[in-house]
Amino acid sequence: MMAKKKKAYRLKHYLREELLPTTFCQGCGCGTVLNTYAQAIEELQINPKDIVSVTGIGCSSWIPSPYFKADTLHTTHGRAIAFATGVKIMKPEANVVVIAGDGDLAGIGGNHLIHAARRNVGLAVFLINNMIYGMTGGQVSPMTPLGDKTTTTPYGNPEYPFNIAEFVAAAGANYVARWTTYHVFPLMESIQKAMTKDGFSFVEILTQCPVSYGRRVGMRTGEEFLKYFKENTINSLKAKDMTPEEIGDKIIVGKIVERNRKEFTTILREMNEERRK
Amino acid sequence: MGLREDYLKKFEGKTYFWLGDEACAYGGVFGGCNFFTGYPITPASEVAEVISGELPNVGGYHVQMEDEIASIAALIGGVWAGARGMTATSGPGFSLMQENIGYAIMTETPCVIVDVQRSGPSTGQATKPAQGDVMQARWGTHGDHNIIALAPNSVQECFDLMIRCFNLSEEYRTPVILLMDGEIGHLRERITVPSLKSIKLKKRKKGKKKDLLFGGELIPPFKEIGDGHYLHVTGSTHKENGIRDVESQKVHEKLVTRLYDKIEKNREKLVDLEEKWMDDAKIAVISYGAAARPTEGAVALLRKKRKKIGFMRLRTIWPFPREQVRALGKKVKKIYVPEMNLGQLSREIERFVDCPVVGIPKIGGIVHTIREITTAMERS
Ligand SMILES: Cc1ncc(C[n+]2csc(CCOP(=O)(O)OP(=O)(O)O)c2C)c(N)n1
Repeated sequence: MMAKKKKAYRLKHYLREELLPTTFCQGCGCGTVLNTYAQAIEELQINPKDIVSVTGIGCSSWIPSPYFKADTLHTTHGRAIAFATGVKIMKPEANVVVIAGDGDLAGIGGNHLIHAARRNVGLAVFLINNMIYGMTGGQVSPMTPLGDKTTTTPYGNPEYPFNIAEFVAAAGANYVARWTTYHVFPLMESIQKAMTKDGFSFVEILTQCPVSYGRRVGMRTGEEFLKYFKENTINSLKAKDMTPEEIGDKIIVGKIVERNRKEFTTILREMNEERRK
Repeated sequence: MGLREDYLKKFEGKTYFWLGDEACAYGGVFGGCNFFTGYPITPASEVAEVISGELPNVGGYHVQMEDEIASIAALIGGVWAGARGMTATSGPGFSLMQENIGYAIMTETPCVIVDVQRSGPSTGQATKPAQGDVMQARWGTHGDHNIIALAPNSVQECFDLMIRCFNLSEEYRTPVILLMDGEIGHLRERITVPSLKSIKLKKRKKGKKKDLLFGGELIPPFKEIGDGHYLHVTGSTHKENGIRDVESQKVHEKLVTRLYDKIEKNREKLVDLEEKWMDDAKIAVISYGAAARPTEGAVALLRKKRKKIGFMRLRTIWPFPREQVRALGKKVKKIYVPEMNLGQLSREIERFVDCPVVGIPKIGGIVHTIREITTAMERS
């Protein structure tokens, strides 16, 4: 009998194939995000040549840098959104995408996140929230839940985490949603929405980091995280009619906001043209 | 004729009474700048105030970012997307930019950073001038690197050197610093705008598909976002194709040595200085920027008293004019260095000469008087 030929990964051509396999740890959620993202791009039929990926420094920034094949700026820790703003001003026709971790975007780069949302710059920002500083080995992040043990909170985290999606919505983004790596199909739709919506789009993607976070909080495998995400999330549509007590510690997923403010670089261009008239 | 030339024509050959900062902004526009990102800080704010008014006229964009880190980050992003760009700040903002100046060096991103120096450390004398960032310009960002920094000492030179900054940044594919000081930035002087024809702009050398973005030659050609090359740009140690390789000692050594050498090997082309009264000089005075103005006056005064003193003014601070200073050290018995800090350039000079080097420092936000310099020279 002939050995069954292993089927090649269908979306391989979206990746820098020569660099595979990825360096992601076993059970890491980044692969799921990469796959979902590539699928979203394929369905939208966006030419990767029209995409500019701008990333931070953490593990999750490796999704586009180097794996997803497009023009890629792998920047300094926290500054991806500011770099991307410069790109968008000069190339408003490009699909400028920021993919980075919670440390990058909510921690050191929080100020850039707020201001880009306020300006409503036409970026699609995907915050890969693994609730930890993964790359540096598991230190507490601004998204680590209260009480969790990490390498720098050995007695438990005394701080509250951000509700970063609500925060970005309040700052003025045109589109904000939150999903997890358990919710791959709605996540894919959300990614597509973010990629096609004018103005600042933001999707918080809760992912698992069994190696640097999970093992310190009793979740040693990716599956355990997925089960947790499945059982501890409520859709925003449902949560709307629930009291805070009913919601409790559950994570709200789904669309947080959608509006149609005019995009920043469009306003800037129009004003400049007006000046020259 | 394009939008830019059409608009700039009206300035050609005219004489203005501009601030140094204003001339710096116009020098940028005439140098081809079409993108400015910045954050307000005295004494540099006027650069942004002027250029924000002019860039729309030449088809460019100005954005005031949320801080200086964002300013230089957006600047670098804009350059990869095709801009010819600059930012302007002062000491505190310059400190915030340092990490990304390193990124611009590592990724070979042409851009211009203006530092209108003021008194520090910290907020210091916020509105007063100093020359405290000579070493910050050289060594402010971490790791091994080389840098180009030019220092104007008149309003005209703010304009002229800005154009050179832009040209050098393209020629060497690296960030270039205009190391101004608050005195020159806030000085109002006559300036004549040269004709557009007389200003030679160095065009960006763009690479083809087969060209390596980070190697193959000492200064590889640039490629821009959207050219269809699937660029990979990173501040991490990378191979010649841009892909990260942070493990190999050889890859790092090769890359960082090349980045260093592209400036080091062109030191003589980059050096720019002015000398006066050196033929019979037994003593020399070296200065730069605002401090060079009373220094030149002091030397002129002493020459009238038949003292054999020569004057050297550095327009290129980095790379340091090592050979010229070394030769001067062999010729004269002593070198005086008036500067508006407690001795930054004087230390660099000491490294290359055997004769005594005497610093004439002045801090506190006021430029030396001629008298202070002559007195200091007569005393030691
Ligand atoms: C200025 C600066 N500070 C600190 C670091 C070290 N550092 C690298 S990645 C990282 C955190 C990464 O966490 P996150 O952004 O959440 O990404 P993850 O690795 O978890 O995907 C830190 C602190 C750095 N590279 N630069």
